[in-house]
Amino acid sequence: MYRYDGFDAKFVAERAAQFRRQVTRRLAGELTEDQFRPLRLMNGLYLQLHAYMLRVNVPYGTLSSKQMRTFAHVARTYDKGFGHFTTRQNIQYNWIKLEQAPDIIKELANAEITSIQSSGNCVRNITSDQYAGCAKDELSDPRIYCELLRQYSFLHPEFSYLPRKFKIAVTGSPNDRAAVAVHDIGLRMHRNEQDEIGFEVLVGGGLGRTPYIGQTIRNWLAPEDLLSYVEAILRVYNMQGRRDNIHKARIKIIVNQMGIDKYRELVDKEWEFTKNGALKVPDDEIERIRAYFAPPAYERLQDLTAELAVARKADRAFDRWLRGNVIEHKVPGYAIVNVSLKAPGRVPGDITADKMDAVADIADKYSFGEIRVSHRQNLVLVDVKQSDLQQLWRELFALELATPNLGLLSDIICCPGLDYCALANARAIPIAQDISHAFSDLDELQRIGHFTINISGCMNACGHHHVGHIGILGVDKRGEEYFQLTLGGSSDQQASLGDRLGPGLPQAEVPGAIRKIVDTFLKRREHEERFIDTYRRVGIEPFKEAVYGSESQAA
Amino acid sequence: MALIKDGKLVTDPFVDASGPEALPPTGPVLVTYDQWQAERAALLARGTPLGIRLHSDQPPELIAADLRHFALVALEFPKFRDGRAYSYARLLRERYGFTGELRAVGDVLLEQLFFMLRTGFDAFDVQGADPLGSYRTALGDLSVWYQPTGDGRPTAMQLRRKH
Repeated sequence: MYRYDGFDAKFVAERAAQFRRQVTRRLAGELTEDQFRPLRLMNGLYLQLHAYMLRVNVPYGTLSSKQMRTFAHVARTYDKGFGHFTTRQNIQYNWIKLEQAPDIIKELANAEITSIQSSGNCVRNITSDQYAGCAKDELSDPRIYCELLRQYSFLHPEFSYLPRKFKIAVTGSPNDRAAVAVHDIGLRMHRNEQDEIGFEVLVGGGLGRTPYIGQTIRNWLAPEDLLSYVEAILRVYNMQGRRDNIHKARIKIIVNQMGIDKYRELVDKEWEFTKNGALKVPDDEIERIRAYFAPPAYERLQDLTAELAVARKADRAFDRWLRGNVIEHKVPGYAIVNVSLKAPGRVPGDITADKMDAVADIADKYSFGEIRVSHRQNLVLVDVKQSDLQQLWRELFALELATPNLGLLSDIICCPGLDYCALANARAIPIAQDISHAFSDLDELQRIGHFTINISGCMNACGHHHVGHIGILGVDKRGEEYFQLTLGGSSDQQASLGDRLGPGLPQAEVPGAIRKIVDTFLKRREHEERFIDTYRRVGIEPFKEAVYGSESQAA
Repeated sequence: MALIKDGKLVTDPFVDASGPEALPPTGPVLVTYDQWQAERAALLARGTPLGIRLHSDQPPELIAADLRHFALVALEFPKFRDGRAYSYARLLRERYGFTGELRAVGDVLLEQLFFMLRTGFDAFDVQGADPLGSYRTALGDLSVWYQPTGDGRPTAMQLRRKH
């Protein structure tokens, strides 16, 4: 993975020292809270319901075991012994004291971790496919370009006060695991007719209160032009994005107001001036970064299909885990292992400091000391020898990190909700816990098959509810928490926004409603269809009727 | 209010006529875009240095053809969160080749000075007890840059490639 050189290390050390001075000025009363807010936000420090929250970047979801131990150390020393992985490939600490924040940021900097621009109206943490570099279906490694963009975006002098936040995601695989279509800029690597690899560029996707699927602004962009083209998009946005209304300030709003063709015309006009300038990425810089992502020292191995089949037959639980959480690796004899943070009744994405340390040890032992974080709030060990799988499974099982539910109904995305967040209208976590309790039978989960439930505690949609097969949105109805369901959302290469099922339901009725939706699906399902396929075939009506009955439909 | 130009505290030679104050008969003046539109001939006939103040919704494209008449362009930050002027500054310097004084006015926070310097500002209307001291502190904060802008400071990438 990428390692800081002298420039990067100096940059984050200086930034940490600068933040310490800013906090000192704030504590001394030289800065008002209004002046301090953007400064702390650009270092990832939020003021939440009960305490400060620190959001720390895991750039494009890639983490070393040493960095994971630093996360554990911070959780233990400065927080309540746990952290929460989010849909943004970030980790959040919920119980931070302002006076201690500069020390945390310094400790993180020493481990080559930052919270820079994890918040604020600037380019946020660049996100990507959690299997980057290892997936069998990958065309090209997106991490190189993520790293280029990370450096390019850090404290960009022109784009640190954009109209609103700005999220960029990159996928190097046609099977989009990074939800690029719901980002301000989504980059999809693919080959053009000359067989050269470049990017399809999507712009104007996003969730929140006005969700949009991104539109293609450019079919193919050469890697050397990546930065100049992104800069052109950002400059047009910085000058034309709305600043009069925070709810209309994202790029998606102006792209959709003026239309993609007009936006493209403005970007192209801007790009004409800059495409052959200082932002052209030299080949040697791409190669310098690529060298950091060279494959680890894989052994020459064969796939162990026959041996594993024997072990699977002998141990049903191992078989289930293998089928559920382990996926194919591009290198023979290796496998990608997903570590579920979604045990029944647990808070999705939460992990204790002790378990972080344990995962770091396991990564050292079995996966070249590297850990990935997925936007679906799970961890991944990407380079595991197939011959180690059974032993690894035993160790994960003992840690309650082997729930075999990857991509199944209980693999729920969930924001922190009103238990922590100052913006939330409703508690999202108890809903996730209720559902994962109600659907904890592993046979049943497997029978239901691929299923995503995404829960947000408010319309800001940190829990990506619009793109869950079932989306659950917490709303406040005259002081009571209600939950509005949407069906048919998806964030993959066939991204779609969910359709509203009907009036909001009280918390107690949500698991029952999910049960009715699942039963309706199982009745209507043809062959081995996934829920989303059935939904797209039969539409919303049967589900509406199942949840609300036939009379309420007319109402 | 204090004016810092090229790293020094200076007295502002321009009379700000962009507000309610009347245009003085002689000497350097700062006017709004509307004044420039309405009184262009009279302003040019004064024969003294001319400055123009642009609101954050007035892109520099509006004055690109007239830049040779201005010794000063003042770009307004109505709130420190309004970052349009960073793009305007780069366009003025890097696209339209403006070499006169580029001044940041309005809600100019010391914490933002180095973003402003890097985008091409060389003068700052600032507040505070010790503006020059704060200015120097703010400038000392960072020494590594990742983005090429018109200020010519070498980026990390450029320095790496030299080695």
